[in-house]
Amino acid sequence: MNPILEVKGLTRIHGTECPACLDLTGPEHDTNLCPACGSIVAAANVSFSLQPGEILGIMGESGSGKSTVVKTLYFDQAPSRGSAVFRDSDHKQELFSLNSAEQRWLRNHRFGMVYQNPNLGLNFGISAGGNIAERLLMNDLNHYGDIRRRAGELLTRTDVMVSRMDESPKQFSGGMQQRVQIAKALATRPPLLLLDEVTTGLDLSVQARILDLILEIQHELGTAMIVVTHDLGVIRLLASRTLVMKYGRVIESGLTDQILEDPQHAYTQQLVASTL
Amino acid sequence: MTHLPDTAILEVNGLAKQFNLHAQGEVVPSCSGVNLAAYPGQLAALTGPTGAGKSSVLKCIYRTYLPGSGTLNFRTADGRVMDLARISEQDMLRLRRSDIGFVTQFLHCVPRRPAEEVVAEPLILRDVEAGEALAQARTLLARLNVPERLWRLPPATFSGGEKQRVNLARGLIAKPRLLLLDEPTASLDKATTGRVIELLQEFKRAGVAMIAIFHDPDLVAALADAEHRLAPPQPLTRKTSALETQ
Repeated sequence: MNPILEVKGLTRIHGTECPACLDLTGPEHDTNLCPACGSIVAAANVSFSLQPGEILGIMGESGSGKSTVVKTLYFDQAPSRGSAVFRDSDHKQELFSLNSAEQRWLRNHRFGMVYQNPNLGLNFGISAGGNIAERLLMNDLNHYGDIRRRAGELLTRTDVMVSRMDESPKQFSGGMQQRVQIAKALATRPPLLLLDEVTTGLDLSVQARILDLILEIQHELGTAMIVVTHDLGVIRLLASRTLVMKYGRVIESGLTDQILEDPQHAYTQQLVASTL
Repeated sequence: MTHLPDTAILEVNGLAKQFNLHAQGEVVPSCSGVNLAAYPGQLAALTGPTGAGKSSVLKCIYRTYLPGSGTLNFRTADGRVMDLARISEQDMLRLRRSDIGFVTQFLHCVPRRPAEEVVAEPLILRDVEAGEALAQARTLLARLNVPERLWRLPPATFSGGEKQRVNLARGLIAKPRLLLLDEPTASLDKATTGRVIELLQEFKRAGVAMIAIFHDPDLVAALADAEHRLAPPQPLTRKTSALETQ
């Protein structure tokens, strides 16, 4: 089967960038700050592929570059270098060489993103239903009744009470806000869903319901997902394969059970040993 | 094409595994020099003292552990031979879905799902229709003496023996071509153990190849066609730590 996404050499450097940036940063230097020019190497030479319907985990501590990877794929940030080929049916596109209109189209139609911070994924100035309607309108659904019915279906699917669809998500709990974000992301039935620390900071019981929902969606729709998290439990539950990142580098990758039971890198061993 | 006896589904040659613990500066040896083969319709028993690396052998075959050295040649249903130590992660995931099953001592499953769905999952992953998969799951749960009132409940609160039966049912339901068993009857009563033996004998007749670790010598006697005894573990090799050289 052909991968839906193939990322090669993805690199993102904040700052002026000098020739020494990649040589003087990384796990062996214990920093992602280039001592020569002061640039931050957020991600360096990240490569991986994703199969249709597969959930890939990216694990690492804050500042490891795991969010940078999904943010460049969602066009929130431009990479400094690298390529990402997205295969949609038989149509292949290199994401970073598209113009901004083409990128926006993919973002609105074929990709879904759920951020850790609901502020980034939702417009708090409009209602929960309005947030979903916005995405449906971009997908040429124009009839008011149709939009409202579809928004209601999506909110029901993600366990948000339809009776509250006309309220601003500002008034919702953290878990409900995440479910509205997921409903919004799913509105276009995207083949690729990016999830950035979606359960971080939520109560355990709320986390569990969100994780169950994510698994159900994968099961029902066959959506391929990249799940970014620092939580080994989330990785164990969701991902079939996992990348471990530190200081912008992928230091280890493998089948999730192998990463957790037979980690090879000193850092991964320490991470796995730290779980309660 | 790699060498593999015509009849074997798996041949392990010179398998060794050790754990390199960076923080402790230690290398912990597990199994070494393991040679064994698995044949359709036969059960190979792994025996040996605690710590000899019996579970490690099974985990290396399933790639939960990365094999240290050696080859693990596996024959697919269409006759291709692939070394499990070297195939891609995607290929290994495919084999796990379609060819190789693993029943460990502990039940690892998605929480909050009813037992019957946990058991049916491997069939659903193979695109068996959900109703049919659930029906087969219930039949198997009944055969393994899991009380019907538990089928709709998540296994989290089950007793050790009940969990183990759910675990066995899930491992057996899809009739993999190669089945790895790690003490599958450790916490079962005599009557249930008898039913497990019956099921495994049925599997042998159906042509499933098995590699198993049993704590009970009676099970080895009842089921094994071959026994591979692993040597006791090698002593630790310690890297000199920075403190000791000071």
